[in-house]
Amino acid sequence: MTSGTVILLTGVLCAVACALLGTFLILRRMAMMTDAISHAILPGLVAGYWIANSPNLLVGAVGATGAALLTVALVEALQRTRRIEGGEAMGIVFPAMFALGTVLVSRYFSNVHLDTDAILFGNIEFSYFDRLVIAGRDLGPQSLWVMSILLVINVAFLFLFYKELKLTTFDAGLAATLGFSPVLVHYALMFVLAITTVGAFTAVGAILVVALVIVPAATAYLLSNQLVEMIVLSGVIGALSAVGGYWLAMWIDGSVSGAIVTVTGLFFGSALLFAPEQGLVAKARQARLNRDRFALDMLVMHLSTHERTSDEATESTLGHISAALHWTPEATTRTVRRAIDQDLVIRYQGNLVLTSSGREMVKGLLDR
Amino acid sequence: MTSILHDLIFDYTLRNVALGAMLLGIVSGVLGSFAVLRRQGLLGDTLSHAALPGICIAFILTGSRMPIVLLIGAGIAGWLGTMLLLRIVKDTKLSEDTALGVILSVFFGIGVLLLTWIQHQNNANQAGLDRYLFGQAASLIAENVITFAILGAIAIIVVILFFKEFKLLSFDPDFAASLGLPTRMLDVLLTSLLVVAVMIGLQTVGVVLMAAMVIGPGAAARQWTDRLHIMLFLAAFFGAASGVTGAVISVQASRLPTGPMIILSLTVIVLISIFFAPRHGIVPDRIRRRRQRRELQENGYESVLPEVQP
Repeated sequence: MTSGTVILLTGVLCAVACALLGTFLILRRMAMMTDAISHAILPGLVAGYWIANSPNLLVGAVGATGAALLTVALVEALQRTRRIEGGEAMGIVFPAMFALGTVLVSRYFSNVHLDTDAILFGNIEFSYFDRLVIAGRDLGPQSLWVMSILLVINVAFLFLFYKELKLTTFDAGLAATLGFSPVLVHYALMFVLAITTVGAFTAVGAILVVALVIVPAATAYLLSNQLVEMIVLSGVIGALSAVGGYWLAMWIDGSVSGAIVTVTGLFFGSALLFAPEQGLVAKARQARLNRDRFALDMLVMHLSTHERTSDEATESTLGHISAALHWTPEATTRTVRRAIDQDLVIRYQGNLVLTSSGREMVKGLLDR
Repeated sequence: MTSILHDLIFDYTLRNVALGAMLLGIVSGVLGSFAVLRRQGLLGDTLSHAALPGICIAFILTGSRMPIVLLIGAGIAGWLGTMLLLRIVKDTKLSEDTALGVILSVFFGIGVLLLTWIQHQNNANQAGLDRYLFGQAASLIAENVITFAILGAIAIIVVILFFKEFKLLSFDPDFAASLGLPTRMLDVLLTSLLVVAVMIGLQTVGVVLMAAMVIGPGAAARQWTDRLHIMLFLAAFFGAASGVTGAVISVQASRLPTGPMIILSLTVIVLISIFFAPRHGIVPDRIRRRRQRRELQENGYESVLPEVQP
């Protein structure tokens, strides 16, 4: 296996493992918890290294997972005091943890290789050289092993607890009455998120973890309303981003992590603009159609109200309609032209007169 | 103690670091208070991450490393990120925390890509751009402090001028709109001021720790008072105090980074406030309740009140 293949594979495995959890996190409005966890694991990692007296990955990972769970518990404890609100509790806890980690690093480990840059951006570029060696046997790149195991764990977690996750996400109250514990499911999800973050973090860095958990799932949510579809879609978007990001990074000679995030951003941006229902373009189009529709409704109703009354002659001139409905001359002309095109009104001696289909439309509106 | 005071006034490095951190504390304390009241605490976190690509693009376009140029780039990027955020929350079904996470991570990822690209161009001038990631309070010079002071003064003056409007917007935006106030514009103005606070914070405490700098002082001050102007003064004071404390500690004890020490000082203030603030603190609250219960029993209020006999 070449170095490039290892980077690519690590990226894809990591992207899919993270994206699978993302769907449930964004539906539970807990996206920012990923951000909090990914930063807060630093002191745990340092403590692990300190206990093992060396940059031992396994002990470090245990420490980091502990720190992640501690963060979740602290945030929830702060929220329960009801002195500060949910998001703010995160914003207090994770910077404090990160600051503590930074202080520990600079105080006790300034000679150990653990620079804060690597923590944010990761070292996916070097994943080929970090080998897993057991009893003198080289078993291949460590990151591939770690991410494969995590992917298996995450897929198994979703399969085994799909029903519980779905129920507690959409209706925690019903889940509780049916005997599923929402708290237990919550902590199980947090635990899986924590180990995924720790594993992916050593491979690809904190910020990529956050992006890979949140962005593909958010993109999928813009494109779909169906849970299974969302999960599959976010996995696919994550994998495609990893591949695209790898090529982008090779092409412009930049950070692979940064490039993968950039590509997830491109996917999200495209979905935000062009998603069939949720996209901004579709929404703007729908808003314009509604506005035009409503203008026509107003016009025919106005004409109908004054039809066969003494002021019919004055009320149905263009100038009067413009004044009465508070339309600009341009909007008036445009609406009337469309009304004429659709055969709802005709102009007769400077006045607008409803046609039979125009009257049908009024009747439809009144029946509604 | 007197030597610390002496150093604060006469030691060139410590004076600049302490002044810079103090200014950051005041500005982010005041503007962060509004963010806390409007339940937008994590906006500061997103803004500071979103600023990174702005710094890189400003450098690519101008080739300059002058703080003010880079900070303006940061400000523009952060501001664009916020506008996009508001748009996503308003027009799609994505919840606010998802939108915050998306903007934060995508902007930051683009920034990292640009940063590494710049570094690989072998441009000797680029050294130090990554200072904005983790902040380098210890490297603040007099020129930075003056820039901070000007930016901060502008932000504070705008808050004083629009105090009534911001107050209304924070507590009852619907009422503000019904009075005919341009709530959308005020919203954008208040957020833009927060961008100014982030611009100051990037160079001092860095991207990651900025979240606490925005939330901490306001959340702490909220526990001590129910009046907005007192809360703003207190938040400014707490922010400034943690800035100066962090600076002094990091200079006194060698090998302690300044930014993290500022944040840890602030965390202590927040925790003390949540537990012991006389107004809303947990401990005074418990004591008050226990005393009331005891008074009720001891003074025999129960026997004074009429009771129906069976």
